[in-house]
Amino acid sequence: MTLRSEIRFVLNGRDVALADVGADRTLLDFLRLDRRLTGTKEGCAEGDCGACTVLVGRLTQGRLVHAPVNACIRFLASVDGCHVVTVEHLAGRDGQLHPVQQALVDHHGTQCGFCTPGFVMSLYALWMEVPEPSEAQVETALQGNLCRCTGYSPIIRAAIAISRYGSPAADPINRERDDITARLKALHDGCRVVTGPTDNQSILPADTDDLAECLVENPGATIVAGATDVGLWVTKLLRPIGPAIFTGHLDELKTVTVAGDTLTIGAGASYTECQDQLIRHFPHLAAYWDRIAGWQVRNMGTVGGNIANGSPIGDTPPVLIALGAEITLRRGAARRMLPLESFFIEYGKQDRAPGEFVEQIGIPLPRPGQRDAAYKISKRRDEDISSVAAGISVTVTNDRITACRIAFGGMAGTPKRAKAAEAALLSQPWSGAAFAAAAEALRQDFTPLSDWRASADYRMLAAGNLLRRFFLEHDAAETAPAQLARA
Amino acid sequence: MKDMSIISGAVHHDRIHDSAAKHVSGSADYTDDIAMPEGTLHAYLGVSQVAHARLLGLDLAAVRRAPGVVGVLTAADIPGINDISPTGLNDEPVFPTDKIQFHGQPLFAVVAETRDAARRAAALARVDCEALPCALDPVAARAAGYPYVTAPLKLARGDVAPALAAAPHRITARMRIGGQDHMYLEGHIAFAIPGEDDDVVVHCSTQHPSEAQHMVAHVLGVPSNAVTVNVRRMGGGFGGKESQMNLFCAVAAIAAKKWNRAVKIRPDRDQDMTATGKRHDFVVDYDIGFDEAGRIHAVDASFAARCGFSADLSGPVTDRALFHADNAYFYPNVRLESHPMKTNTVSNTAFRGFGGPQGVIVAERMIEEIAFATGQDPLDVRKANFYGQDGRDVTPYHQQVEDNILDRLVGELETGADYRARRKAIIADNANSPVLKRGIALTPVKFGISFTATWYNQAGALVHVYNDGSVHLNHGGTEMGQGLNTKVAQVVADAFQIDFERIKITRTTTEKVPNTSATAASSGSDLNGMAALNAVEQIKARLVAFAARKWEVEPDAVEFLPNEVRIGDVVLSFDAFIRQAYMARVQLSAAGFYKTPKIHWDRQKGCGRPFYYFAYGAACSEVTIDTLTGEYRVDRTDILHDVGRSLNPALDKGQVEGAFVQGMGWLTTEELWWDAEGRLRTHAPSTYKIPLASDRPRIFNVNLADWSENRELTIKRSKAVGEPPFMLGVSVFEALSMAVASVADYRVCPRLDAPATPERVLMAVSRLQAGT
Ligand SMILES: Cc1cc2nc3c(=O)[nH]c(=O)nc-3n(C[C@@H](O)[C@@H](O)[C@H](O)COP(=O)(O)OP(=O)(O)OC[C@H]3O[C@@H](n4cnc5c(N)ncnc54)[C@H](O)[C@@H]3O)c2cc1C
Ligand code: FES
Ligand code: FES
Repeated sequence: MTLRSEIRFVLNGRDVALADVGADRTLLDFLRLDRRLTGTKEGCAEGDCGACTVLVGRLTQGRLVHAPVNACIRFLASVDGCHVVTVEHLAGRDGQLHPVQQALVDHHGTQCGFCTPGFVMSLYALWMEVPEPSEAQVETALQGNLCRCTGYSPIIRAAIAISRYGSPAADPINRERDDITARLKALHDGCRVVTGPTDNQSILPADTDDLAECLVENPGATIVAGATDVGLWVTKLLRPIGPAIFTGHLDELKTVTVAGDTLTIGAGASYTECQDQLIRHFPHLAAYWDRIAGWQVRNMGTVGGNIANGSPIGDTPPVLIALGAEITLRRGAARRMLPLESFFIEYGKQDRAPGEFVEQIGIPLPRPGQRDAAYKISKRRDEDISSVAAGISVTVTNDRITACRIAFGGMAGTPKRAKAAEAALLSQPWSGAAFAAAAEALRQDFTPLSDWRASADYRMLAAGNLLRRFFLEHDAAETAPAQLARA
Repeated sequence: MKDMSIISGAVHHDRIHDSAAKHVSGSADYTDDIAMPEGTLHAYLGVSQVAHARLLGLDLAAVRRAPGVVGVLTAADIPGINDISPTGLNDEPVFPTDKIQFHGQPLFAVVAETRDAARRAAALARVDCEALPCALDPVAARAAGYPYVTAPLKLARGDVAPALAAAPHRITARMRIGGQDHMYLEGHIAFAIPGEDDDVVVHCSTQHPSEAQHMVAHVLGVPSNAVTVNVRRMGGGFGGKESQMNLFCAVAAIAAKKWNRAVKIRPDRDQDMTATGKRHDFVVDYDIGFDEAGRIHAVDASFAARCGFSADLSGPVTDRALFHADNAYFYPNVRLESHPMKTNTVSNTAFRGFGGPQGVIVAERMIEEIAFATGQDPLDVRKANFYGQDGRDVTPYHQQVEDNILDRLVGELETGADYRARRKAIIADNANSPVLKRGIALTPVKFGISFTATWYNQAGALVHVYNDGSVHLNHGGTEMGQGLNTKVAQVVADAFQIDFERIKITRTTTEKVPNTSATAASSGSDLNGMAALNAVEQIKARLVAFAARKWEVEPDAVEFLPNEVRIGDVVLSFDAFIRQAYMARVQLSAAGFYKTPKIHWDRQKGCGRPFYYFAYGAACSEVTIDTLTGEYRVDRTDILHDVGRSLNPALDKGQVEGAFVQGMGWLTTEELWWDAEGRLRTHAPSTYKIPLASDRPRIFNVNLADWSENRELTIKRSKAVGEPPFMLGVSVFEALSMAVASVADYRVCPRLDAPATPERVLMAVSRLQAGT
């Protein structure tokens, strides 16, 4: 295995090579403090406001794809081999504003202006993907950007008007695309990268097998995938994470495949990367997926990380448990499979041995008669952590419930199946009464906590009502809408 | 083609924010973006982990030993006076010496080579203290016999007790109104650079540079003339940077003088939210008497506020709550009392509306109580109680309402938004929709304009015309996104009749305009626009006298045309004319001044004319709620708002839209949640949820009442716009209430507390369904 001790990437137009990059160094601090690229702002340092949004371009199957991410929680080491684009890169050399920028100016899309560079970058990324977006698409793209001044309307109007100001074909990134692609290709040398001081080391394995090896060598290392949890350990809790083993660059860990009756998602696939395939097979997850975090976080955060962190309020475990997902854990060359619900032992404790990592998640494809739903309740509709999340999968044969799996998040110390509610439904005729009984049975399954997101009473009442909603939405006789549409 | 017959940036025309191009390109500098001199140090605050305790000692040995640390600052290091209370009540130390008064209170600062080092070191302190019992909210504080932080206010008119007793109907109830964090995108920051002698320059993000200057002088024990405070722009303020920046300026300046190096202090978002004040929460008990027609006979209400450990601005904030407890309605008999309670929480402060919104929402609660009780459309109850003529035009503070335009404004909105037909359709649809229920509400706002501290209503400006005809403009107001600099420059451009681009707007600095008031109370353009105009008028008078003399014409033959000056038959370009004036030794610089006329206020008597004029507005919002989960969506909002003759309709509309969404956030998803130990647990955007783009109304029609003109002689007959539209968000709250009330046939007032989170909505639905 050849080693490299430098992080190399392209920043706007320039090649950068940095030795000694500690694991906890953030991209935002590098930009603002080391490079004085102060257009990128810090509003929260926790991925929630979007003021720090930059684009990170990666070669994906040979193609250069740029995605907006939060520089505040993105670790510098993880941009190895990438193209980092900041707001300073947009205006022309003569100072002429980019179409995205001019549209925002003309539509009075800035007031205090502090959020603005972040909005520019999110809208820029959207416009390259979808030059003429709908209002809904703009809102989805802006779930990770807060503005406290404008009330958003002028920004949305600007976003919809951008194409009148220019076409993506003439855009600087597109003009440079071949050149940057060639430069990034040249940076990919198949080395393992090890850099940073010994107590704060950054390790970038060469491939998945090397990852397995690195972990056997450093069983106490922190695995960093999208850093949407680990980033906050550093920026909010000042927790040391070295040595850290980064996985975000490992293409093999991002593959999404269908074989037989199973969809398999690599643990390293970001929410965005697995979205299309997942939704093709599980359409009920479409709206749900768009409510996990905001765009920037979805571009970084991984399903594997959402499971591995063991959180009782992660959004993917309840729906994956309901679908009967299994995970593959790997240590060195050894692999074992585990039903997802068994991974969560208790609050803060998972069935993962030192040196082991989550390699993939397998989800059985839906069978005939299977009715699935995924529900999330949060204080704010978008980019908020669930107060209650539910995955419900019920199989109905001849009007009778022949199988059911129900799992909740936010109701216990782990994502957990509602066994009593399931029992209340199993073998019952498909009816409102059965679901009302199941809602009642939830009291045996859970004793939720009260906190700033929701009280125990609310959680219990709402969880039961989600079962009622499930019935109303899937019952042929019910026609009135049983939940708010996006509209 | 440029139209030569009108200057660019003329008043009453749309003009883009003067920094917009810099905002979008990332080249607009905020305090944290200023290039730092060699050797700049970074300070960070160490804070308490208990809400109330006797402070026995601070062990900072580990802090001092931490890598990169240069030293620490404690109360003992303050050369002047250890106090930054903006009211002079001496109740707010920079660092406490004997008592910890809230969870997260700054106890010391650590100064290090990097911010990261300072931040890590600050966590290493050991605080020796003895816990005391704590009272976190105003109800607990009253029960525990806590004192007021400042003198309460009573407003009274008529004879309340007999009127209540005689009224055909009477309702008494309680409403809890949550506070609000400012969540400006740019947090607090101060950056001090030491100079010779006593001098220090502080760059910071404050709405009140003069106060910051005076506070820094006060803590350093030097005269104010040694301290310069500069503000180029803020990344949002909303009142949160009126008095709250004093702490950071003081710490940065003390450290800068102590180590004779530049010092920057920038808390992280958690510390910004826990260590600085917010909008006051209130618990309001109301007692209303009314008749079958829905007319109010009498109101008796007491407003207890969570003020926190010190007065800060709680006096004027709680006063303003009472000033707005009538909103737009005439109370024939009224008694209003404030209880500004001391609590063991962070000291609450100014926030857009300054107590007014908490008053307004109580007025609207009382209206809906009456509507549900009498089975009427709340809009009819509103109209029946609007201020009118025949003695129905006096407020609880005895000011006559002379400029009321609500009948017309609400009437236009009612028609424009098709309120009646939609309400009817909603009621019909609700009957057939078991899970989703809709609600609609049209609520007005009347908001008093002027600082109630009368002496604050003054402003200064400095205008230089250089001999090439370019103009340098400075005024005492600060730019926080509201477009104040743009508007004031428009006023100057208009007065000189020169293109906007000829005017350079510079940072606000205490060196140029002294003794300024906070940019607050929506007063920015009213006050500073007038002061700048006054400066221009002085220069113009000299120019006219000069021209009349030189070209031997009557003064009224001198006319300022777009970018030109006509003197009798002679027409010169503005620049050429200025050149001539300069050669003739005409003084081309002036300091302008303005003070608001007519206002007076006797707080003891609760009587006077605290407000120069009122600004009006109304909003109609429609919502849908999910009665299984309490989730909701704002389907449509129509707004008609009064800014008099707008100086810049585009910027004013932006203020209205932004304020509405912020007001809606306050009443919906923005929840401050303290745990039993007094720790704020919603202290960053991850836990404290301000509206997102997808939360704004699905249909959003915002219009200015373009027929309105201020009857007072304000700048170009415009009206203030910063705060009044904030209260338009109340329409969303009232619409949610109607949707909830639908489950009990609209006859039970759901009595939602604010904010109406999905949880509160569901719990109210469940309460009404159960009939309890
Ligand atoms: C602003 C914001 C909003 C959010 N909103 C939501 C939301 O709405 N719903 C939600 O569920 N979550 C939300 N999250 C959290 C969510 O993004 C994370 O839980 C994410 O899924 C974790 O993935 P990651 O790749 O970023 O993990 P990382 O932060 O890199 O790692 C998380 C944990 O998993 C471990 N880990 C990662 N990969 C592996 C692996 N392959 N094997 C073993 N261990 C591994 C790490 O060591 C660490 O302990 C939000 C986060 C932010 C910052
Ligand atoms: S600074 Fe707020 S998301 Fe990064
Ligand atoms: S313009 Fe101020 S936060 Fe968006």
